[in-house]
Amino acid sequence: MNILLKGGRIIDPSQNIDEKTDILVEEGKIAQIGQDIYKSTETDSAPKILNLEGKIVVPGLIDMHTHLREPGFEYKETIQTGCEAAVAGGFTSIACMPNTNPINDNRSVTELIRRQATQCNLANVYPIAAISKGSEGITLTEFGDLKDAGAVGFSDDGRPVMNSALMRRALEYASSLNIPIISHCEETNLSADGLMNEGIVSTELGLQGIPNIAEDIMVARDIAIADYTNTSVHIAHVSTAGSVRLIRKAKERGLEVTAETAPHYFSLTDEALMEYDTYAKVYPPLRSADDVTAIKEGLFDGTIDAIASDHAPHSLIEKDVEFEYAFSGMIGLETSLSLSLKLVADGNLTLDQLILKMSTNPAGILGIPKGTLKIGSDADITVIDTERKWTVDINKFRSKSKNSPFNGWNLKGMAVLTIAGGEIKYSV
Amino acid sequence: MKLSSKDVLGIKNLSVDEINLILDTAESFIEISTREIKKVPTLRGKTVINLFYEPSTRTRTSFEIAAKRLSADTISISATTSSVVKGETLIDTARNLEAMNPDIIVMRHSAAGAPHMLSRLIKQSIINAGDGAHEHPTQALLDMMTIKEKKGEIEGLKVAIIGDIAHSRVARSNIYGLTKMGADVTVAGPVTMMPRDIDKLGVKVHYHLKEAIKNVDIIMMLRIQLERQDDIIFPSLREYSNYYCLNAQNIKLAKDDVLVMHPGPINRGVEIAPDIADGPYSVILDQVTNGVAVRMALLYLLTGGKR
Repeated sequence: MNILLKGGRIIDPSQNIDEKTDILVEEGKIAQIGQDIYKSTETDSAPKILNLEGKIVVPGLIDMHTHLREPGFEYKETIQTGCEAAVAGGFTSIACMPNTNPINDNRSVTELIRRQATQCNLANVYPIAAISKGSEGITLTEFGDLKDAGAVGFSDDGRPVMNSALMRRALEYASSLNIPIISHCEETNLSADGLMNEGIVSTELGLQGIPNIAEDIMVARDIAIADYTNTSVHIAHVSTAGSVRLIRKAKERGLEVTAETAPHYFSLTDEALMEYDTYAKVYPPLRSADDVTAIKEGLFDGTIDAIASDHAPHSLIEKDVEFEYAFSGMIGLETSLSLSLKLVADGNLTLDQLILKMSTNPAGILGIPKGTLKIGSDADITVIDTERKWTVDINKFRSKSKNSPFNGWNLKGMAVLTIAGGEIKYSV
Repeated sequence: MKLSSKDVLGIKNLSVDEINLILDTAESFIEISTREIKKVPTLRGKTVINLFYEPSTRTRTSFEIAAKRLSADTISISATTSSVVKGETLIDTARNLEAMNPDIIVMRHSAAGAPHMLSRLIKQSIINAGDGAHEHPTQALLDMMTIKEKKGEIEGLKVAIIGDIAHSRVARSNIYGLTKMGADVTVAGPVTMMPRDIDKLGVKVHYHLKEAIKNVDIIMMLRIQLERQDDIIFPSLREYSNYYCLNAQNIKLAKDDVLVMHPGPINRGVEIAPDIADGPYSVILDQVTNGVAVRMALLYLLTGGKR
């Protein structure tokens, strides 16, 4: 079916477009952009006309950091439910981390994920494969074979690479394949047994703290390795002011370092844990107000390239327990855009920057042909109503898990239409 | 006057008036424990469950005696829990206990915040008998009662709390309580045993025992947990006791009428010299006696008792 998106404000940072105009989608591709591009007198099959007056039309959003839990943890999430959550949150493409069971460290798992995603036919799913076999931090996985199978990046997310020699070889080997290494930066000797950010709140709650330096040190290490080996590295889920400073300096020196943060790192502080809310338990942990300010500045000045949710579903079995025993992580696919739009409403970011960080840049970092409305490209389009108010209700999430600390939050702005490959996957 | 919450989870959320109410009530209960027949019918027909997920001799016995002297029926449960051993979850245990309709659940747990979770789930009153490194409200109340008993007032007193502040629930509850009551509180210990930003709780911080106890009215020594050596927070017990053991020499730096307190169990010769623990300044056993009265007061107030 062909679709004419009429009268919306089109923002496409990849082409420096920000104007009120129309888009014609034909055969799954962007066919035309401009005023009066379709005349009803034409004889070809009539497109479905969508009047998007007052709405924002952008390249399909990309969440470059999610956990879909399949294979192995289907009780938390499946590729189907994860993709349903994705398109409901405005995402047409998502990348999923390899800490499944079995771990995505070989072609067969990568292929399984891709096959399942194709069957779901909702969002595009891009597997991230493990850096090391079993994410054990000992030997490299077969990067070439995994890339051929469809992996778009490598990460031992959740099991940080402590061995610096391995990280060096991973960056070197990946650079020759032109595929990114996504580093979960955590010095695990410093974070060991830690349950939350180290500071006045952890002191009050009597919970073991995770100091900022557990992250900063590894960010510094990875930058040093990338510098020395003349390679690039992508820093996952930046949470500290120190990381922002280090990445900013590295970029000033012209190093190929990119970074992402997650909405919870600019929306919440460790104060959210005051009542021992396990839904707010996450690694890296929610930090202090100073860190939140630094993250916002880093987003604004371009130090942080991308916003990714780190969507991490966990079941009640793992969250409805003593804080110390609760698993870490929160879901984010269905709140990420709205929380990020708050940055725009608050003047911390322009709408153009937001789309850059939630579509154009993630596509560039992952090297996938997405994040643009260029004529001829896949018709992946997200339509946003920035004025629409809603209240987060975890029971209405498409995700199989409900572990969001944002339940009950009143938010403004949401995706009202998600088109992937020219097909409407979600509409309000 | 009554307590504002159905639970006593920590000192942080108690007002000065509530603390005074508890201490005054406890004082009036002291006498019961000195009678020949140490029992009053006040809580007859009430049920108190002691749910202990962590070993405890003193606190548990104290709660049991407190309940029995008020004629409540008591049941003590020793439970085990961990993140790895699969068993009944705390929530399921709590719901089962709730279904049996007790009046008060006294809970100790190694995980900070566990009693808070319980209190959100069930309608009965919860008394926190110690949760991880978070709070131990009845200990702080009995400490405050002891100080009041010996010194008359808490306000204006200089108190030094010495030891592993980072891992101490006793320290936290006392910091909240004593600062609320107007005491001038100093904490001291090796830097590695100081939790980050502790000064923001309104206390002075010292890293040397001798500085910390200079001219103080009260010295509270904390137990050093031997297994903490694995956390690299101190080199050896020998080194620790060389610099942080309260002894006959360094105690002279404190006021002449200083009180020495310790929540127990004591490591004799590690954080406190035996002659100090047993000496004239020590009120360690008065603390234990007052513990029963404070717990009687809480059981009484939480079951609807009024003064």
